Amino acid sequence: MKEIWIYSEVREGRVNEVTYELLTRALDLKGKLADSIISAVLMGYKVPEDDKREIIKRGADKVYYVDDPLLKDFLTEPYSKVLIELIKRYKPEMIIAPATTQGRTLMPYTAVRLKTGLTADCTGLAIDEEGSLLQTRPAIGGNIMATIRTSARPQMSTVRPHSARPAVPDESRTGEIINVDIALTEQDVPTKKLGYIKDETQGAGIQDADIVVSGGRGIGKADDFKLVSKLAGLLGGTVGASRDVVDRGWMTYPHQVGLSGKTVNPKVYIALGISGSIQHLAGMQTSRTIISVNKDPDAQIFKVSDLSIVGDLHEVVPALIERLEAAKDEI
Amino acid sequence: MRIIIPIKQVPETSNVKMDPVTGTMVREGVESIINPLDLYSIEVGVRLKEQYGGEVIVVSMGPPKAQDALKEAIAMGCDDAVLLTDRLFAGADTFSTSYTLSRALEKLRPFDLVICGERATDGDTAQVGPGLAALLGLPVSTFTSKVEIEDGHIRATRLIEGGYEVLELPTPALITVVKEISDPRLPTLGGKQRAKKLDIRKRSAQDIEADAANLGLKGSPTRVVKTFTPKVARDGRIIEVKDDKTLSQAVDAIIDILKEKAAI
Repeated sequence: MKEIWIYSEVREGRVNEVTYELLTRALDLKGKLADSIISAVLMGYKVPEDDKREIIKRGADKVYYVDDPLLKDFLTEPYSKVLIELIKRYKPEMIIAPATTQGRTLMPYTAVRLKTGLTADCTGLAIDEEGSLLQTRPAIGGNIMATIRTSARPQMSTVRPHSARPAVPDESRTGEIINVDIALTEQDVPTKKLGYIKDETQGAGIQDADIVVSGGRGIGKADDFKLVSKLAGLLGGTVGASRDVVDRGWMTYPHQVGLSGKTVNPKVYIALGISGSIQHLAGMQTSRTIISVNKDPDAQIFKVSDLSIVGDLHEVVPALIERLEAAKDEI
Repeated sequence: MRIIIPIKQVPETSNVKMDPVTGTMVREGVESIINPLDLYSIEVGVRLKEQYGGEVIVVSMGPPKAQDALKEAIAMGCDDAVLLTDRLFAGADTFSTSYTLSRALEKLRPFDLVICGERATDGDTAQVGPGLAALLGLPVSTFTSKVEIEDGHIRATRLIEGGYEVLELPTPALITVVKEISDPRLPTLGGKQRAKKLDIRKRSAQDIEADAANLGLKGSPTRVVKTFTPKVARDGRIIEVKDDKTLSQAVDAIIDILKEKAAI
């Protein structure tokens, strides 16, 4: 029996939605890999039973759960120790984790200690004829896609959030929750978490957002960036920005999309006054749908857009806002 | 404080051109530069040195010409540089790179802090920093946007989903930093002169007592089996806004997409 593992990400004590996206990937791989099952690895402290059941309803055959007060917050060192212990005991064939700040820290910290390979930020996973994992990811600023295979076991990947839809729950699905005891001591936790400061301007976090409304130099001046924020607010989306805009101080760095900022993958990306440099495209071209507004009919951004509006954003955006507000009032 | 900063020389990718036939990067005429995200780690290291005293040593693995990147770091204020160069290192993946750097850093102990850029703009993995920390047995803070030293501890603020997290780490520790952490300075004239004169130490696999089984392509557990050019062009609808009628069409089209794709 080959085990396909997913890393169930816990944030503030609860299983995060990104876990269900991994189950979509795992279910697909299970269908292609003979004699395989899906197991989820879950670490934390007093994670609700409902959350563990939810993982099963959405596709896992087993949940390995490790409960410890020292695992209450995500900290790389104890989490990695537990993950390595689990891997040694249960010998999974492959492990996929989300390419979030947790996954992108825990997985490399763990993989090198196991002397195995890890592929970052994959957008495609498949199984080859020999049953090995084929991991496809963008490289060189999104200019090429590379497919990578790992000779060692377990094969490990992080997967770009929002690159798959969350698996849907099936109430009839059954599975096993296995509580695993792994001894941790204070020595395993050299790092202390002192606090968390929520950044209200980030909304749900730009990488988790369904809608991102981004502004570029075409916005014209700092004050007009309010248009972008207002539209994002009305749509329940998050504000993004090009590097130019962040360098000018119109928006803060956590909002920067592109090669030296965040890679986003929302359902809808709206680019306002963004010309579409390679550096920006690298951070948003895998968005499911792209709408852009730009005065320049030759703007690069239009090449990757599903809807290109050639026009002045200072006309288009207020008209759009007006229409959205009117629709809201009707409700 | 003794600070080690691993850096990488990368092709200048902001104007990268792809060969449409072969799907590979056009290397001719492409300049090699310091990984742009390493400028922030260099700046943080130099600032900490200015504040607390000590020295900053910059380390890179690469071909002999990677010494240009190290010289630039010296010109920005780093004190010393080590180039890990050996044919055996070629073709390393993130495991093998982490391993090679870890061997070199073992030779540079004792140190207080290792500072890495968030990721390199060519490979874009962000894996070598945490991998290096694991092999050196160091506590790690990734995506660090602010760093302070307090009573011999490192206080690191991390940029994570939806906000910032504050961690306290004992030394020695490794942090990877994001752009928000600093504003890199330009090399000074004095720095450039010092860089020109400095004879950069070169270290081979043998010098760092590395196990050849973990080096280069041979020691890499991952293999690229295929590369291809992504299809980025989308055949989208184009609406030119010329008057009220076309403006209204544009707004309708945006709203239709938002309703269909994002259920607003």
